[in-house]
Amino acid sequence: MTGEEFEPKILGFFCNWCSYAGADLAGVSRLKYPANLRIVRVMCSGRVEPTMVLKAFACGADGVLVAGCHPGDCHYQQGNYKTLRRVPLLERALAQFGIHPARFRLAWISASEGQKLAQVVSEMVEQVRALGPLPLPRSRFAELGGGEVTTPGGEAVSPVSAGLPGGGALRQGEEPVTGGASRG
Amino acid sequence: MARIGVYVCHCGTNIAGTVDVAAVRDFAAALPGVVVARDYQYMCSDPGQDLIRKDIAEMGLDRVVVASCSPRMHEPTFRRALESAGLNGYLLEMANIREHVSWVTTDVAAATRKAKALVAGAVRRVVLHEPLQERYADVTPQALVVGGGIAGIEAALKIADAGFRVHLVEKEPSIGGQMAKLDKTFPTLDCSACILTPKMVAVAQHPNIVLHTYSEVERVEGFVGNFRVTIRHKARFVDMQKCTGCGTCWSKCPYTAPNEFDEGLGKRKLIYIPFPQAVPNKPVIDRDRCVKLQSGKCGACQKLCPTGAIDFNQQDELVEENVGAIVVATGYSLFDPSRGPWGYGRYPNVLTALQFERMVNASGPTGGHVQLQDGSTPRAVAILHCIGSRDTNYHEYCSNVCCMYSLKLAHLVKEKTGAEVYNFYIDIRAFGKAYEEFYNRVQSEGVYFIRGKGAEVGSRDGRLLVRCEDTLLGKYREIPVDMVILSPAMEPRPDAARVSQVFGIQRSADGFFLEAHAKLEPLKTATDGVFIAGACQGPKDIPYSVAQGAGAAAEVLRLLSAGRVTISPVVAQVAEEVCSGCRACLPICPYRALTYDEGMKVVRVNEALCKGCGTCAAACPSGALSVSHFRTPQVLAQIEEVLAV
Repeated sequence: MTGEEFEPKILGFFCNWCSYAGADLAGVSRLKYPANLRIVRVMCSGRVEPTMVLKAFACGADGVLVAGCHPGDCHYQQGNYKTLRRVPLLERALAQFGIHPARFRLAWISASEGQKLAQVVSEMVEQVRALGPLPLPRSRFAELGGGEVTTPGGEAVSPVSAGLPGGGALRQGEEPVTGGASRG
Repeated sequence: MARIGVYVCHCGTNIAGTVDVAAVRDFAAALPGVVVARDYQYMCSDPGQDLIRKDIAEMGLDRVVVASCSPRMHEPTFRRALESAGLNGYLLEMANIREHVSWVTTDVAAATRKAKALVAGAVRRVVLHEPLQERYADVTPQALVVGGGIAGIEAALKIADAGFRVHLVEKEPSIGGQMAKLDKTFPTLDCSACILTPKMVAVAQHPNIVLHTYSEVERVEGFVGNFRVTIRHKARFVDMQKCTGCGTCWSKCPYTAPNEFDEGLGKRKLIYIPFPQAVPNKPVIDRDRCVKLQSGKCGACQKLCPTGAIDFNQQDELVEENVGAIVVATGYSLFDPSRGPWGYGRYPNVLTALQFERMVNASGPTGGHVQLQDGSTPRAVAILHCIGSRDTNYHEYCSNVCCMYSLKLAHLVKEKTGAEVYNFYIDIRAFGKAYEEFYNRVQSEGVYFIRGKGAEVGSRDGRLLVRCEDTLLGKYREIPVDMVILSPAMEPRPDAARVSQVFGIQRSADGFFLEAHAKLEPLKTATDGVFIAGACQGPKDIPYSVAQGAGAAAEVLRLLSAGRVTISPVVAQVAEEVCSGCRACLPICPYRALTYDEGMKVVRVNEALCKGCGTCAAACPSGALSVSHFRTPQVLAQIEEVLAV
């Protein structure tokens, strides 16, 4: 025994039609995967506001997984394309918070891909476990972390424009982002 | 303060076997706002639902959380339970502790903790739920059936017989599908055409069926009960009104091409009907090959047509129809065996089963004579099962029908030629009514059965050589034959991806269309009002396809005869006082449900068009757009709480 192993919390935003159904299929098929994933159902991955992802990290998620239908298969025709376009902006913002890229993942999981879900979750849990707990300076997230959040949108990403110290992790050749990451 | 009841389901041992339900119950009882928390064997049972109803009445609950299976399974059940106790059905939230917890986790402590987290999230979320009213829409009393094979024909006839108008769309020039190509059908040896063509004629003559042959569905808009479909009528270059089907044109056309209906074995003209019993019995011009269309010369058919029906200037035509429900019955394709080591495409006497069906058919290229390329009769014939099926190199699945039609072909070869027949099989799967009896009959006719997959087809001394491992003898064998018949896998059609996107159907891992539930909703799809039938969903024989066609018709009639459909109240809403009129949302909505009000300088939602995906809400920079039941505060509250445990 080496003491209690760190168990990361992974928050999943799963679209109702493909990925949530895929997670149901994993269950029906009795596939086993780590219990670290907690799934929040949205109708479409396009519903996922960047605020929601930031909220998850602020509330103690060590990783966030957004899962939607494969490109071309969206129940709402194009919602996942919007997700696809938003994610790079969000990733830049996350980098400025000092959040390691492996802590955030976008995956296409269809209603028949229970196996893929189990695999993605297992991989992600291992990666995040290796990174350790997310060391966020909680005080900076007061407006996200505590109490009711009633005004979504702009102010959620204000720490970005304010320039977070120690954000680091900017990938080479990328400009710091100033402004809302919530625009599709 | 909310008054919440939490109900934790055991689901027998499905949940209780892995999750400590009593601990989850006690945990829930201590959460803010929870008035009562109970656990019960089967919450979905009547006594389980009665618990909820009774507590609503006696304890004045105004919110309910059920921790059980997936909401995709029982959300409607529990919504109805709430409503029967006078509570709005949307004041319910479910925590999925079966599919997402107990079934995917082995460790009890970890599963219990995860279940608590999901329950906490649900309790916190349900506080913010609002009562919502379902909406209703009228149903257009017409149906669309896509695919004129036996499944589509059956669906169309049933719907039409019930008194509703049906648009039947078929890609090929004639309806009939793959079944029209078959000679006999197992296990009864009915002549395929004899049982199919009366149905084809019934379609053609039915006053309620509008037949769109040589046509494809390009676009589907709208929603259940109110679809608008755009159908492309491909130019036949023949005026269907003027043409009498006399046959002068195709007898006089000087050019030929391989006959697709005969699987490439015979020739057809460039103006042709696919087969003698085609419906409609009117020709089409092969636009890619016709000399007149390609180079402006010839035009023999036009000169000789007695009614002047040939029109080389005809264009494709787009037709719009409104329908209330859709059946997709687009069928299957056959695996291409030239991909494997079975000599197909290399040796002329290696045929697919469907080619052999055409050869053995009286209206086929050889007039029903079983013969080799040189015209002689084979003395020995091999039939290779599982070509591309049950083979992890190609398709893992079993194609269901190949064993039975291989037995049928063995019988036909024996009957027509008296040749020695060898069946190379892995297992014989004779699963249906009177199938095993047919297998016994074919065995008693003297057909040889070799248990071992035909691994390779080569040649020696001018004959074909089938190599296999005979797993009963435990020996490698080489069997010389004159003809090889391959039984290829049934595959999704090459355009299945495009078709699935047009109709909003998902596909399973094997590429076939995915039903809404593997057992209980075999005909429904992820899109309300779109149903599937026949081999587009997976390999099937004729009786199964017919049953599915009739079943899909019942699904359609259920909608059409009800006359109205319930529409989810989950739609986008605009807080007009917050909307800045920036219009960032407008190009994002795939349904054009958002419009800009020039006068008020705000965006408005057309609720009839909105489907509630919420993509606009995620894009609104000022937070003016939201989606009912998935409002940002609701989701954020759930996030906060599922992470707190």
